[in-house]
Amino acid sequence: MEILNYAFMQRALLAAVLVGITAPAVGIYLVQRRQALMGDGIGHVAMTGVGLGFLLSTSPVWMATAVAVVGSVLMELIRWYGRTRGDIALAMLFYGGMAGGVMLINLAPGGSNANLSSYLFGSLSTVSQGDVLAICVLAALVVLVTLGLRRQLFAVSQDEEFARVTGLPVRALNLLTAITAAVTVTVAMRVVGLLLVSALMVVPVAAAQQLSRSFAATFAIAVTIGVGVTLGGTVTSYYQDVPPGATIVLLTIAVFIALTALATPLARRRARAVAAATGGEAGATDCVLPEAAAGAGTAPQPAPEKVPDSRTPAPR
Amino acid sequence: MKAIRPENPADPVISLRGVTAELGSRPVLRGIDLTVHRGEVVALLGANGSGKSTAVRTVIGQVPVSGGEIEIFGTPRRRFRDWARVGYVPQRTTAAGGVPATVTEVVSSGRLSRARFGVLRKADREAVHRALAHVGMTDRAKDSVNALSGGQHQRVLIARALASEPELLIMDEPMAGVDLASQEVLAATLREQVAAGASVLLVLHELGPLEPLIDRAVVLRDGCVVHDGPPPAAVGQHALPGHDHVHPHTADAEPVRTGLLS
Ligand SMILES: Nc1ncnc2c1ncn2[C@@H]1O[C@H](COP(=O)(O)OP(=O)(O)OP(=O)(O)O)[C@@H](O)[C@H]1O
Ligand SMILES: [Mg+2]
Repeated sequence: MEILNYAFMQRALLAAVLVGITAPAVGIYLVQRRQALMGDGIGHVAMTGVGLGFLLSTSPVWMATAVAVVGSVLMELIRWYGRTRGDIALAMLFYGGMAGGVMLINLAPGGSNANLSSYLFGSLSTVSQGDVLAICVLAALVVLVTLGLRRQLFAVSQDEEFARVTGLPVRALNLLTAITAAVTVTVAMRVVGLLLVSALMVVPVAAAQQLSRSFAATFAIAVTIGVGVTLGGTVTSYYQDVPPGATIVLLTIAVFIALTALATPLARRRARAVAAATGGEAGATDCVLPEAAAGAGTAPQPAPEKVPDSRTPAPR
Repeated sequence: MKAIRPENPADPVISLRGVTAELGSRPVLRGIDLTVHRGEVVALLGANGSGKSTAVRTVIGQVPVSGGEIEIFGTPRRRFRDWARVGYVPQRTTAAGGVPATVTEVVSSGRLSRARFGVLRKADREAVHRALAHVGMTDRAKDSVNALSGGQHQRVLIARALASEPELLIMDEPMAGVDLASQEVLAATLREQVAAGASVLLVLHELGPLEPLIDRAVVLRDGCVVHDGPPPAAVGQHALPGHDHVHPHTADAEPVRTGLLS
């Protein structure tokens, strides 16, 4: 593969894999708590960080991380305390962050919105050695949190009120989710860009849902899709000379559409398999009148709600 | 079901004294007293919007109180950490979140309070299975909760509360949308729990098959306790929205217009 001979492509592909893993891994919790667009908000806020990085001539990646973390914590605090008009406060944060980024980058010496563009939409050739190091460290943190605390994060994202009664530190876990999402946004920034990050957090999860019934399977499928589309998109972007972020996102949406089209026949097949497995008596899917089924001479039994124990699955 | 630290068995499991709470700067609880003794089954009744859920949510710390005292197992709520002893069924119409999850996955989250660092061992998985069997959902264990009916969602929520094998069950309208046959099943489950020494605080609109289990009823109206004593007879009829309530046990048998309170 000649593509691997270029150092910048090696870096880009490594970054792409890490983004493919982390974005859906965090995104699944955001989707679960019905805050699918939180990643988008953080992406906007992170623009101010990029601008600050240029202005102070420090690494835009680390600066964006710092500002995104602050922004995500602010969003979480607004969610707790700002019951009234929380959406307005969030909107101000989003657009303030975006405007701040554009303003700061114009104030930076020699800066122009052209510099910003590679952060907004992603770019392969500009992923530097330092970026890759930062991305590796941050991605490791994200994986540690999203996998290591999956049961706790699942419980809090599924039902916050109930999670409180299991003694979980709900606020700390919410903050951790927000911070992890912020970190993921900056991990993904160089490859897909700040404006498209959220798509990679949400769409693979939505696509995975078409196939799965369990959270664990959704997680695994979403990460698989994430890695597939980031790698595929990066390679396509190299050979066709098209922007990587847009390629990856369009590819993800294509996967979503394909899986959605596949899901219906698959579900039907599964339902048939279940019907065949549970019994095998003729016409299991048809309605049978109780008179026809009742044996002669036996008193009518109240319909048992429970299935006989023999049919219960063995403990996993 | 054993006490983890020595405590006075005469202590009530739940004790609210003069609790007030505001939601959106509007007083919702205006000084309520509520006690659940060990082994007791207490029903919390009242019209829509009378503050039942809010009262329950102050106990678990979901709603901040502005006055009064709350104790759980004799410990002030702020210092109470032993949440594995409490099972909670929130008022919900669904157990589903934004991502598919199996019945087992949802019920397992109820076991987290007993699992160290979120690691579920064999004993934990068995407890989850028992909880599912209690509500008759064993055969749906591997199905997605998104594919359940309303009453089945309710059963999953109850199983989740039972998974930690709690000594105290707090249930907010656990029978909403559950058919009569399943209510009987759940009543039997509850009877077992009580026989094993559990205490129960239940928010209900109709006593239904649970009636024989209930030791005491507390009726809220507009954020105040208007009755605390034996369960009102035939509350099921009276709980219908828009009906005039006459509680035979209150001295001033004043009609409660449920329709005007929400
Ligand atoms: N988040 C909120 N913000 C402001 N007011 C609220 C909020 N939640 C509830 N309330 C108000 O508090 C009052 C009590 O509500 P609560 O949920 O405790 O009633 P309830 O007795 O449980 O009613 P239901 O039978 O309908 O469940 C209601 O009048 C309601 O309007
Ligand atoms: Mg309620």
